[in-house]
Amino acid sequence: MNGAAQVTPQAVEYIRILPEIVLTIFGIIIMMLDPLMDERRSQRTLGAVGLVGALAAIVATLYQSQYPGVGFWGMVNVDSFSVFFHFLVTAVTAVVILTSYEYMEVQQIRAGEYYGLILFGAVGMCLMSSAVELVLIFIALEISSISTYILAGFRRRAAISSESSVKYFLLGSFATAFFLYGVALMFGATGSTSIAVIGQVLASGQPPVLAYVGIALMFVGLGFKVAAAPFHVWTPDVYEGAPAPIVGFMSTAPKAAVFAVLLRILFEAHAPGRLWLIWVVAALSMTLGNIGALVQDNVKRLLAYSSIAHAGYLLVAFAALPANGIPAAMFYTASYAAMNVGAFAVVSHLASAGERYVTMEDYAGLGRRSPLLAATLTIFLLSLIGIPATGGFFAKFYVFSAALQANLVGLVIIGVLNSAVGAYYYLRVIVVMYMREARQEVPVSPVPLGLGVALAISAVATIYLGVLPGRVLEYATRSAGDLLR
Amino acid sequence: MPDNYFARYLPLLIHFLLAGALASAIVLLSWLIGYRKPTRAKLSPYECGMVPVGDARQRFSVKFYLVAMMFIIFDVEAVFLYPWAVVLRQLKMFGFWEMLVYVGIVLVGFFYVWKKGVLDWGKATSARRGEV
Repeated sequence: MNGAAQVTPQAVEYIRILPEIVLTIFGIIIMMLDPLMDERRSQRTLGAVGLVGALAAIVATLYQSQYPGVGFWGMVNVDSFSVFFHFLVTAVTAVVILTSYEYMEVQQIRAGEYYGLILFGAVGMCLMSSAVELVLIFIALEISSISTYILAGFRRRAAISSESSVKYFLLGSFATAFFLYGVALMFGATGSTSIAVIGQVLASGQPPVLAYVGIALMFVGLGFKVAAAPFHVWTPDVYEGAPAPIVGFMSTAPKAAVFAVLLRILFEAHAPGRLWLIWVVAALSMTLGNIGALVQDNVKRLLAYSSIAHAGYLLVAFAALPANGIPAAMFYTASYAAMNVGAFAVVSHLASAGERYVTMEDYAGLGRRSPLLAATLTIFLLSLIGIPATGGFFAKFYVFSAALQANLVGLVIIGVLNSAVGAYYYLRVIVVMYMREARQEVPVSPVPLGLGVALAISAVATIYLGVLPGRVLEYATRSAGDLLR
Repeated sequence: MPDNYFARYLPLLIHFLLAGALASAIVLLSWLIGYRKPTRAKLSPYECGMVPVGDARQRFSVKFYLVAMMFIIFDVEAVFLYPWAVVLRQLKMFGFWEMLVYVGIVLVGFFYVWKKGVLDWGKATSARRGEV
């Protein structure tokens, strides 16, 4: 394409960023409505606008999938790969907004910006998955990160929430700087910020040393965002303090988007020196995450460590061969999103005003007092363990089999051992729920409609991926073909 | 001009060394041969204007930060407008509409901060919005 001569984008190029446009418009509508409405009554309306926005973005994504191709001077690329992640991010957004409905009321957080920021964050995450140009990826990463920094501090009356926000902001900006430095060095090494051009340059000959450094720095920045092992220290504190539905959001949607970026950078750009880097980080994340989770009594912290471990499992797929590794990683992000958003939806319902009930002890006797809720949480926890007939099983299965095909026996052994360790702390929650009597009865309010729908969607998605993984995997395999072409 | 990279900057290095030597020589000489008679007033740190009272690190209103943030938003907008104005002819109508969309979004932000009472420095707003 002759970029210099063509100034005006064609109409079809706007379709290629249609979900982002839709999300932005709805976000702006929320920001304009919020100051005009009485803040005591605006929450339901603004939440509904946010939900409609997320659903409209899903529709836009489906519509967009008919018009694959490059847009805006080779900056965005709509292919089945980007559509997959668009769908994932927007679906997670919708479910999180449904979860937040009740949560905001119980916590008495009166701020319409909450829903606007969720939508703006989703814009960044969507853009990350379709961007094929490092500078645009950086901007998308910032849009998504800044929204989540603010969202993490939304329980303004709780000091722990502000702490979470500040920590996340400081360390996150630091990590973004690493990423940006990597982008700069990559530009120096190859003379371009377009992933396709970088791929051609790196594949054509011996890659310069600068390219290795660039990849390493970018990996540090992105590794921070997905909470992979040497860069994971922020995770438990941030997840503990942030509002529970937001933790469900930021442990799935931005992670999925960042993994999409990593897949593009590592495979489409033929990143040199990928294998051992990923090997070490994956093994470390799995081990540290699982060991850290063993001693946690706070369920949010436990799930934080579990998310570190899951980032490790996911990275195993990145060490595998592209043809198997990419679909395995995509399947894993999808099933992890389903089960983790669901688990945090349950946590946010049980937390009650001021997030008082988030320790293991508070879950005792839940199986008797609220059997349906306990059963739903059990589904998610079993899926996080990787029990057959849940999404988590096939996710781990595909990742490890992809790694075996790449002859990474050592990494697979570490992974399987870690899964066994992980089973202990997830089962502990289940045991506490069903087999221990509460010393002090924790009140459980009935599940409202919005949360019920959110839980149903997550549970159905988790089981669907565990029983009929074929269609999603087939789609992911096709996307991998698109990506590697 | 010599070709050697180092030789080309040698005069600069000499200049630095000479300047450093001269400055330290003057200070050293005045310290060695100067006549000293310290008093309390002479030893106190030099400061003109008011007598310093209290600590500079006081609490001040968060409104200052809001105004600073708003300044940055509009400053960045202005920074965007200048290069845009230079290449507007090449961008044709597309550039015009794109900038209109951008300015529209900034205006939405302005509307938001206005309605939220950021520009209102009276006491009434903070009382009305008791939560903040």
